[in-house]
This record gives sequence, C-alpha cells and structure tokens, in this order.
Amino acid sequence: MIPELGYAATVVALLLAVWGSAAAGVAARGGSAAVLASAERAAVGMWLLLSCCIGLLVYAFLTFDFSVRYVAFNTNRGTPFYYRITALWGALEGSIVLWAWMLGLYTLVAVGRYRRRHREFYPWVLCVLLAIAAFFLLVMSFPAPPFQRLSPVPPDGRGLNPLLEDSGMITHPVALYLGFTGFTVPFAFAMAALATGRTGDEWIVITRRWTITAWYFLSLGLLIGGWWSYHVLGWGGYWAWDPVENAAFMPWLTGTALLHSVMVQERRRMLRVWNLALIILTFSLTLFGTFLTRSGIIGSVHAFSQGSIGVFFLAFLALVLVVSLGLLAARMDRLRSAGEVDSLVSRESAFLLNNVFLVAAAFTVFFGTVFPLLSEAVTGAKVSVGAPFFNLVNLPLFLGLIFLMGIGPLIAWRRASAANLRRNFLVPVAIGVAAAAAVRALGIGQLLVVLCLGLVAFVSAAIALDFVRAARARRRAGAGWLASTAGLLRRQNRRYGGLVVHLGILVIALGVAGSQTWSVQTETTLSRGQSVQLAGYQVRFDGLSAAEESNHFRVTGAFSVSDRRAPLGVLAPAKKFYPQEQTPIAYVDYRLGLIEDLYVVLGDFARDGSSATIKVQVNRMVSWLWIGGLILTLGTVLSLLPDRRSPV
Amino acid sequence: MKRRARFLVGGAVIVAAIGYLIYSGVSQSVVYFVTPTELLAAPVSGKSYRLGGMVQPGSLTWDAPKLDLRFVLSDGKATVPVRHKGSPPDLFAEKRGAVVEGAWHRDGYFQASLIMAKHSEEYQAPHATEGQPGYKDLLRTLRGDAPASAPSR
Repeated sequence: MIPELGYAATVVALLLAVWGSAAAGVAARGGSAAVLASAERAAVGMWLLLSCCIGLLVYAFLTFDFSVRYVAFNTNRGTPFYYRITALWGALEGSIVLWAWMLGLYTLVAVGRYRRRHREFYPWVLCVLLAIAAFFLLVMSFPAPPFQRLSPVPPDGRGLNPLLEDSGMITHPVALYLGFTGFTVPFAFAMAALATGRTGDEWIVITRRWTITAWYFLSLGLLIGGWWSYHVLGWGGYWAWDPVENAAFMPWLTGTALLHSVMVQERRRMLRVWNLALIILTFSLTLFGTFLTRSGIIGSVHAFSQGSIGVFFLAFLALVLVVSLGLLAARMDRLRSAGEVDSLVSRESAFLLNNVFLVAAAFTVFFGTVFPLLSEAVTGAKVSVGAPFFNLVNLPLFLGLIFLMGIGPLIAWRRASAANLRRNFLVPVAIGVAAAAAVRALGIGQLLVVLCLGLVAFVSAAIALDFVRAARARRRAGAGWLASTAGLLRRQNRRYGGLVVHLGILVIALGVAGSQTWSVQTETTLSRGQSVQLAGYQVRFDGLSAAEESNHFRVTGAFSVSDRRAPLGVLAPAKKFYPQEQTPIAYVDYRLGLIEDLYVVLGDFARDGSSATIKVQVNRMVSWLWIGGLILTLGTVLSLLPDRRSPV
Repeated sequence: MKRRARFLVGGAVIVAAIGYLIYSGVSQSVVYFVTPTELLAAPVSGKSYRLGGMVQPGSLTWDAPKLDLRFVLSDGKATVPVRHKGSPPDLFAEKRGAVVEGAWHRDGYFQASLIMAKHSEEYQAPHATEGQPGYKDLLRTLRGDAPASAPSR
C-alpha cells in the first residue's frame, strides 16, 4: 500500500511543481495575480506532498515494511529505533527525498518572506525554485524511486550500512543538504535579477542572509563529516580528499568567495558579472557534486553505484549552465561596473585576491578530482592524484588566504595610505614575526608550522587590535568596558560576526597544521598483560570480551591506559560483526583532549583472547577543529542578527 | 589603461603560478592504476601504483606478532603477491575486491603502503553458507562457556 501512495504523492507533487513553475513564469511576464496565487498554492501543495512522502517512508521504516525496496535494503529487524528514522537519508533515494523536501521548505519560506516585498523579483524566484524542485521530483519519479516495490517481500531486510549507525550520520547529511539547497535561493534571485534586467545590487542585499546560512550549514556539514570520519572510520584522520568530500568542498570554496565579493559590490558597485558567475558556479557545483558521486564515473571509497541518475544530473547541470550563462551573456551590457579598483593597495584588491585564491583552490580540487577522467580521455593511461597532490597545491593557497584574512578587514577601501597601513598593520606584523621567531626558537623546525603559526598570530593580532580600538572609542563616549564591547558586537554585528568566523577558521587552521605535523602512531600485537608505549602513554592489553547487540555481535578489548603520572582508565575499542557483512567493522575508542587525543583501534585478535593487534595514535590538536566549528557558529549567529547599525 | 595593463599582468602571473602549482603537484603525486596483468607486463620498481584486483582464496596470511600481511591479488589472468606491514583493514577478506597503493619491489612482490577495501552503501544479503563463519562459536569461546578444545577456524 505504501509504495502506491508514495508514488502517487511523488507524481502529483511533480505535476504541481511543473504547473507552479510555469504559472509563476507566466505571472512574471505580466500574468494576473490569480495565476501567481495558483503558483503559490502549487508550492504549498508540493511541499505537503513531499512531507507525506517522508512520513510514508518513515512509517515504512518503523513498521519494517519490506515491500518497499528502499526499506528492505537499508534496514533490518535489528536496526535500532533512531537509525530506522535516519535510515531515511542513509542511501541515495532517500537523500534525494530529503533534498527535495528541504528545497520545498525553502520555497515556502521564500513565498512567506517575499510575496509582499520585492514583487519584481518574486515571481521569477518562485518560477526558478519550483523548476529546480521539479527536477528533483523527476529524479524521485524515474531514476531513483524511493517507493519502488520489492517482490517477493523478504522476511528481513539487508540492514543499514554499519558505518552509518552513528550520531554523526544523523546530522551530517542534514547539515550538508541544508547547505546545498540553501544556495538555490540566492541562485534563484540571481536568475530573477537577470530575467528582469534589474541587475543592480538588490539581489545581493536581499540574499545576504540566505548565502550566509547556506555557507554555514555547508561548513557544519563538512565539519561533522570530518568528525564522523575521525571517530568512526578508525584511520585517525578527518579529511582524505575523497571525491565525495571534494564534491562538498568545491561549492564551499566558491560560496566563501561569493560571501566576500558581494561585500565589494555592495560597497563599490563592482564585480557584478563576477558575483553572478560565482552564484551560478556555486549552485552548479552542488549539482555537479551529486553527479560526480552518484554516477560512479569516479571511483570513490564510498561511491554509490547507481546507473542512470548520473545522466539526469548531468543533463540538468548542462541545462542550468546554458540557461544561466545565456541570460548572463544577454544582460552583459547592463552589467558594467560602476566602480573600479583604484589602487593595488586597497580593500577591493585584497578581496579580489581572496576570490582568486578561493576560486583557484576550487579549480585545483576540481582538477584533481576529475584528473583520472581527463587523463584517461587524453592519454589513455589510468592515473589518479591522491591526497599529496591536494595538500601540495592547496597549501600555498590556504596560507595566502590566512594572510589575506588579516589584511582584508582592516585595509582602507579605494587606496590605503601609508598612515593607514602603519596604523593597522605595524603591530600585528611585528607580533606575527615575533611569534614565528619564538616558535622557531622553541625548536620547531617544520616550515609549515612556523609559517602557519606566524600568520595566525598576525591575523589574530590584527583582529584584536581592531576590536580593542573600536571598543576603546566607544568607552571614551562614556560606556563601561562590558557595555561598550557588547554594544560594539551588537551595532556592528556584520563586521564582528565575520571576524569571529575568521577566528574560528584560524583555530581550525591551527588544528589542521598541528594534527598533520605532530600526530604519532604505532601498531603492534600485544599478549594479555603486555603493554605498548607511545608519546608518554602506556596502553596495556587486559583481555577481550564479547557481547551480542540487537543487530550485531561485538568483541571488545580492554586496554588500561596511563600516562607518566597516573592511570587514566580503560579504553574499550571493539570489532563489530554484522551478519549482513562478511568482515568486521572497527569501533574506535578514544580520550579526547584539548592538546591531544589518545585514539585506540582494535585490529585482528587471537580467537582465544590471548593476544590482539592494536593501532595506537596520539593525535594532536584535532579537537581544535571542533572548537573552531563552535566559534564559527557563534560568528555566524552574530552576523545574522537583525541589522541595527548606528547611522554613520 | 595603464592600470588595466597592470591588472592583466598581475592576473597572468597568478594564473601562471597556479598552473605551475598544479603541474608540479601532478608530477610529484601521480599514481598509476593498474591491474595485475598490466603491472606484470612492465613492472617498474619505485614508481607509485594503485593495484586493483581480487584477493585470491587461500592466499591470505597474517603474522600478528610481526604485523606482516601477505596475500595475492588476481584479475583472473595474472596474480601479484602483495605484502603489507599492518593489520588487515576492515572489509578486507579473501574473495573480495581490494585496491592497494604502493610500489613494485625488486624482489618480486608488491609492497603496499595502503590497502583500500571496496565497499558500497548497499550490502549483500546474508547467505546461510557465507557470512561470518562460526561467529557464534567465537562468542562462546570468548565467554568461556565452550569446551577449551573448541575447534578454531
């Protein structure tokens, strides 16, 4: 019963999306208000039907309705309750449903916010959003139907991928898809701006919050993905430059570029074509990522092997690019910049350079990801470039970006005078150089760490100096320290929100540099009672125990851990054996700390429990990534607060 | 116009620098994908390869105290002996696909620095004959409620 209901809901939702998009298009070209109202009703109906689809799938999961193929393939009777709900987005079909549902939700928010304001853009925005939703509903109807029937109905399902039974997998896809779909709204506004010819700065001002929100969720999704990789996969890393990761990282890079370049347009009326191109690029990259990872053209450790869906995404991507770039070309005459870069030493030029670096980074990631395809097409040789390529190429770009983080927010617009440079940068540069020298004097030889720490010190000092000066100025006006600080954050929330986000990125950068440089590991086989030493820790193997869980069976090791001073307790890494899997899955155990994590992975073991192979890692400064994520969250919230800037 | 020229030159320098970065990155980290047949046709020691194949049944040996893992990868036509220092990774087993990264050793084997077991998010249905051979048995052994002479796999 559920497959039929779900399929009917999908098809009706698709028809509503197509109708709504067409009606909104007619309304945009001078149709009546009644036509527009009909498009709005279609949007509401579409979202309600998509909600029904989600409700039906969840119901099917909760009631173990294995007549639905998707349910049978992604759950079994032993799957715990929470994971039966999150199994909804555990594989391809369900994640498309989630994506479409979120897009429907964003469409409704856009209807609510803009139907009375911005009437010139609004019908086109609705038209574009519903057209994109129609594409996802088309995918749900044909190449990736979540409600496909399975017959005969199996007595039990195959079970969820054991690696996905983790809290990170509950939130990671949701955050990532909120990010991906979030960029659809600015894209729709950009298209509306091009379609109406109102290619000024309005679309940028209207969509500022959308862009920041989408960027934030994408950042969050990437960080949670890193956390999942770190504590589930058992290799002690958080980022592997896998095509799936790169697919989400590319729109993040171009989205970050967009966040900065729109400020230049707002302030100096420049970069209009560039900003339109960036939002088109960012939106296209969200589609491209899905195409890349779901079509199976690039081998990935977690590739999905679905056939025709790749063709659908590629065709839609081509359509999006042709239409949007065609519109852009047609409007080129209206897009003349009103301003120009006056001097190389100016904020415009710092932002421009930031954009060049970010887009270059996106390009190198793109190049490295599709390199196997290019090479096979051109030379016939099957080659690939792995993590060393991405690290090598992106390192100078990222260091350059950190440097610009210290310059961009402080240097003057138009033309920075020598006095401006001295006032803002003399002290921070001195602090940065001193920090680098101090690090060097401490005996740290790695150039990367010295450079990175020096740059981070420079940027932090620049931000701190700026803040202290501004707060002092307010204090002189009569407020106390606390009141002036709070007032500053509140009144200039956009500026200081952005700077707090920069601090978060700096903390993440330190975490990356530190963990890459200072982490150590060892692998060994221990007999019961034997211990291994690593970086001041002692890990003793005390024995194995076994237990049966609802959907798997696990062998858990007991390892007493101590450092030089005192015992630290027992770590219990395990191996999980799932009946649907032929080999076990590791379950990592760790002690997280601000400076270092102790991370223990159980490898192979003797069947009588007399010995076990373990990998012990001391991973340094990995926690800084998660702390940086929290700071980034604070900064984003601050920058999204309603504007209450004091009139200048 | 002079300003424009300056920006063009700056842009060209940046593009050239990024081009150089990419070029040197590729030449330093390119890895060749090969099958056992292709590798054996022209093995070059010291060059980085990714070798893909199936772990041949009966070829897997694992010496835990020495952390010495040995197996044979096959593509049905040719076979390559592989050695690796470290535990067998998750999802790695005989009769399964695996990709190993490393280099050909002069003494006639492939020294793998990294083993990637193939997996996807959809799983094979468990079969009565396959799956975890005797894991219940293992459970009993570890709990200590099986006779000490329980046959080990």
